[in-house]
Amino acid sequence: MSSMFDPLHLSRRHLLQLAGTVAATSALPLVTVRPAQATPAMLASAIRNLVGEAHVQTGKVRLDIPPLVENGNTVPMTVSVDHPMTPDNFVKSIHVFNEKNPQPNVANFFLTPSAGRAQVTTRIRLADTQKVVAIAKLSDGSFWSATVDVIVTLAACTEEMP
Amino acid sequence: MPRALLAVMVLLGAALPVLAGEIAVSARRSGYDFLSSDTKAMQDDDTANPAMLSVLDGETLWSTKAGAANKSCGDCHGAADASMKGVAARYPAFNAASGAPVDLGQRVNLCRRQHQQADPFAPESRELLALTAVIAKQSRGMPITAGDDPRLASAVARGRELFVQRQGQLNLACANCHDDNWDKHLAGSAITQAQPTGYPIYRLEWQGMGSLQRRLRGCMTGVRAQALDFDAPDMISLELYLMSRAHGMTMDAPAVRP
Amino acid sequence: MPAALVNVPAKAKRGAIIEIKTLMSHVMEPGYRHTAAGDAIPRDIITSFTCRFNGAEIFRADLYPAIAANPFLSFFTTASESGRFEFEWIGDNGFVANASAVITVD
Ligand code: HEC
Ligand code: HEC
Repeated sequence: MSSMFDPLHLSRRHLLQLAGTVAATSALPLVTVRPAQATPAMLASAIRNLVGEAHVQTGKVRLDIPPLVENGNTVPMTVSVDHPMTPDNFVKSIHVFNEKNPQPNVANFFLTPSAGRAQVTTRIRLADTQKVVAIAKLSDGSFWSATVDVIVTLAACTEEMP
Repeated sequence: MPRALLAVMVLLGAALPVLAGEIAVSARRSGYDFLSSDTKAMQDDDTANPAMLSVLDGETLWSTKAGAANKSCGDCHGAADASMKGVAARYPAFNAASGAPVDLGQRVNLCRRQHQQADPFAPESRELLALTAVIAKQSRGMPITAGDDPRLASAVARGRELFVQRQGQLNLACANCHDDNWDKHLAGSAITQAQPTGYPIYRLEWQGMGSLQRRLRGCMTGVRAQALDFDAPDMISLELYLMSRAHGMTMDAPAVRP
Repeated sequence: MPAALVNVPAKAKRGAIIEIKTLMSHVMEPGYRHTAAGDAIPRDIITSFTCRFNGAEIFRADLYPAIAANPFLSFFTTASESGRFEFEWIGDNGFVANASAVITVD
């Protein structure tokens, strides 16, 4: 377990970050081996699984995540879609993906017109600074998306498990 | 994050400032004040604060009969919201039997042993955190008074000694960070003043509940010192000193911290 | 039954859009961590959450290891009639938990 107070550790970490590679430690206290990361290619294929050949338009979707999160282990996230919720014109589902966690899927939410408002809040884990993508599927078959960049800092004073 | 690096350099530099001394009463700030607005919102809303799951759990335990005495906490103490009001704000408190301070978790375990005739709960066990969370919640908004008892003076003094004593491979005292550099950051985290107003807490890093002792052990490991054992007399003295240092500040347990 | 917190307004006006909030205690062990000894810790997560109102599904979620421990979910529904919300969490290792809440609509 490396200490966050260790200046050597810090500088190595920051150099790694500057080089655009993945940071060397995880905030999860038990991890001794860093898992393989989801890659942008995995993200792209997860999105293709959802949308097929359809064109994904930017807009309508709003993804609220604090731009600089206090702890990557628990990050509040709200997705909302600016679209009516009537029986014949509504948001069917919302899908959230991330770029660099070990797996690209975060959550899928399935809505009905009775929701009244297409908005969902949850808390997610982000292993590193990365992009998060939300895609909404409307009842007319169209897809809309929003992408945000999230900067994840690591907690200080982490510990071994008691 | 050049800022974090800078903070570390400042902290570790050869020319470490001599202890500037205690934080002025008017300058004291709870860990809550350092939270982002999202984390504040998480703590403020009881239907969103994950620590409330532990409180819920504790309410069940409070009314569950246990031990050879086959009594629940509630059988003797009645409703926690009346009988436990303000209790957490004055712990650690003097225990006449041992002639030493006991913290809230130890007090609960005294009742387990003596009054329920049951095995004590392990430190950081789900049950102990849940019961202390229920009790601590009853002190929300109340001023901290722990340490007022004159019989505790020597333990408070011992706690202060530990707080200002350099330790670990990094040779840092708690006070180097929490009295002298509380307004700075370390690798993205606010250092804060180490005010114990919210314990037990739900820590985002842990994704779960933990006691003040667990939090302190994290800081000890952080400076690469041998962490004090759970419930060690020095650990209780340190908790007591932190509470007396926060005298008059309002409790916000069960809090959320990064 | 693990602790669950659900929050639904007890009363609402017909046609009002109301927020429902749920918290469920669960470790959400992601399945790619290792112990200090190097052993893999198997995945143990909640994989699905469903909310039904008077028997009909109104909201469902698939959850992955990227959802934080003690999953929090909040979503909306239109108050149409008095009745009962039922919540169900399903996960690995046979995990099933339920909760319910009633609403009076006038
Ligand atoms: C190198 C700096 C440093 C030292 C030395 C240090 N801490 Fe900390 N401490 C921190 C940081 C940074 C945090 C906040 C971390 C976070 O929230 O992620 C913290 C958090 C805390 C908290 C939690 C406050 C709250 O709002 O709940 C307490 C209590 C605490 N420390 C006590 C101590 C004690 C006691 C010692 C000495 C044994 C100590 N610390 C030594 C940096 C330090
Ligand atoms: C058989 C009766 C009995 C039971 C059961 C019991 N207690 Fe107690 N408790 C007491 C008495 C009596 C005291 C006062 C101190 C003493 O004499 O031990 C006390 C003191 C306390 C205090 C300190 C209150 C203060 O003002 O300082 C706390 C906290 C507490 N009990 C919590 C609990 C919890 C939690 C449980 C259940 C796990 C419990 N008790 C079960 C009888 C009981």
